[in-house]
Amino acid sequence: MTTTQTFPLKQETDIVVVRQQVRKAAEQARLGLVSQTKIVTAASEIARNALIYGGGGECRIEQQMRDGRTAVCLIISDQGPGIEDLDKAMVDGYTSGNGLGLGLSGARRLVDDFVIRSEPGNGTVVELWKWR
Amino acid sequence: MVDRIPILKMGQYLLLSIQVDMHDQLAIDLQEDLTEQIVRHKAKGVLIDISSLEIVDSFIGRMLAHIANVSRILDAKVIVVGMQPAVAITLVELGLSLEGIATALNVEKGMRWLERTVDRDMSLEPESDDDTDISAEAGN
Ligand SMILES: Nc1ncnc2c1ncn2[C@@H]1O[C@H](COP(=O)(O)OP(=O)(O)OP(=O)(O)O)[C@@H](O)[C@H]1O
Ligand SMILES: [Mg+2]
Repeated sequence: MTTTQTFPLKQETDIVVVRQQVRKAAEQARLGLVSQTKIVTAASEIARNALIYGGGGECRIEQQMRDGRTAVCLIISDQGPGIEDLDKAMVDGYTSGNGLGLGLSGARRLVDDFVIRSEPGNGTVVELWKWR
Repeated sequence: MVDRIPILKMGQYLLLSIQVDMHDQLAIDLQEDLTEQIVRHKAKGVLIDISSLEIVDSFIGRMLAHIANVSRILDAKVIVVGMQPAVAITLVELGLSLEGIATALNVEKGMRWLERTVDRDMSLEPESDDDTDISAEAGN
C-alpha cells in the first residue's frame, strides 16, 4: 500500500502545513514519538531551504515499504538555482546566508536515509526516509 | 492562524507559553515583542514555556538563543521550561546545543530559578549612592 500526497511550498506558513502533514504521515506509519519528531524537524529544515534558497517548491509525502518495514518518504523539490558545491553545503556550519548551516547536515543525521540531487541551474531534490 | 503570542506580566517577570506551531514570521514578531516589553516593564526575568511545542527546528532554536542574548544585554534572566524529551533528543542530533540558555523541567522549577537568580543579582548590586566599592561588588 502506498499513499502519496503533495503540498506546495510557496510561503512561510506552508512550512507549518508540511510539518503537520509529515507528523500525520509519521503517526499513520506508526513511527515512535522520537522518530516522528526527527522526521518532522528534518522536513522543516529542508522545506525552509526549498523556500528560501530554491524560491519555493513542493513536498511529496509517501508511505512506502522499505526492506519489509513501513516507512515515510518525503521528496522535497524546488526549481531554484541548485547547489554548486554539495560537499561544502553538507558540512556542519556552512551557510551562504545568515543561518547556522545546520539544516542539511542536521537533517541528514535525523533520518534513516538521505538523498540529495542538485545541479546548478536545475533545482534541488531532497529525499528523506524514516522507517519503523 | 494565530498572529501573536501573548506575553503576560507578573510582577517583575514576563511569562509566555508557546502553544502553537509557529511560522517563522510569528517567531520573529515574538522576539521583537518580548524585547520591547522587557524594556517597557523593566522586567528582571523571562520565563518561556515550550511544553506544547512538538518540534524545535533551527529557526526556533535560533530565536530562543537570540532572546537569551538580547535579554542578557537588557539585564533580564531567561529560562526555557518544559521541553519535551523527544524534542531535546532531536535538537541535540540536529546539532543545536542551545548552550548558554538556562532550562528547567517545568514552570514551577523555572519560576523558582528565576526568583533565586534575580534575588541574588539584586543583593550583589552596589548601593546607588556610594562610589562603588570594588570589594563589596566582588562579594564578601
Ligand atoms: N534548496 C536549495 N537550493 C539552493 N541552495 C541551497 C538549498 N538548500 C541549501 N542550499 C545551500 O546550502 C547551504 C547550507 O544549507 P543549510 O540548510 O545546511 O544551512 P542554512 O540554511 O544556511 O542555515 P540553517 O539551516 O542552519 O538556518 C545554504 O546556505 C545554501 O547556500
Ligand atoms: Mg537551512
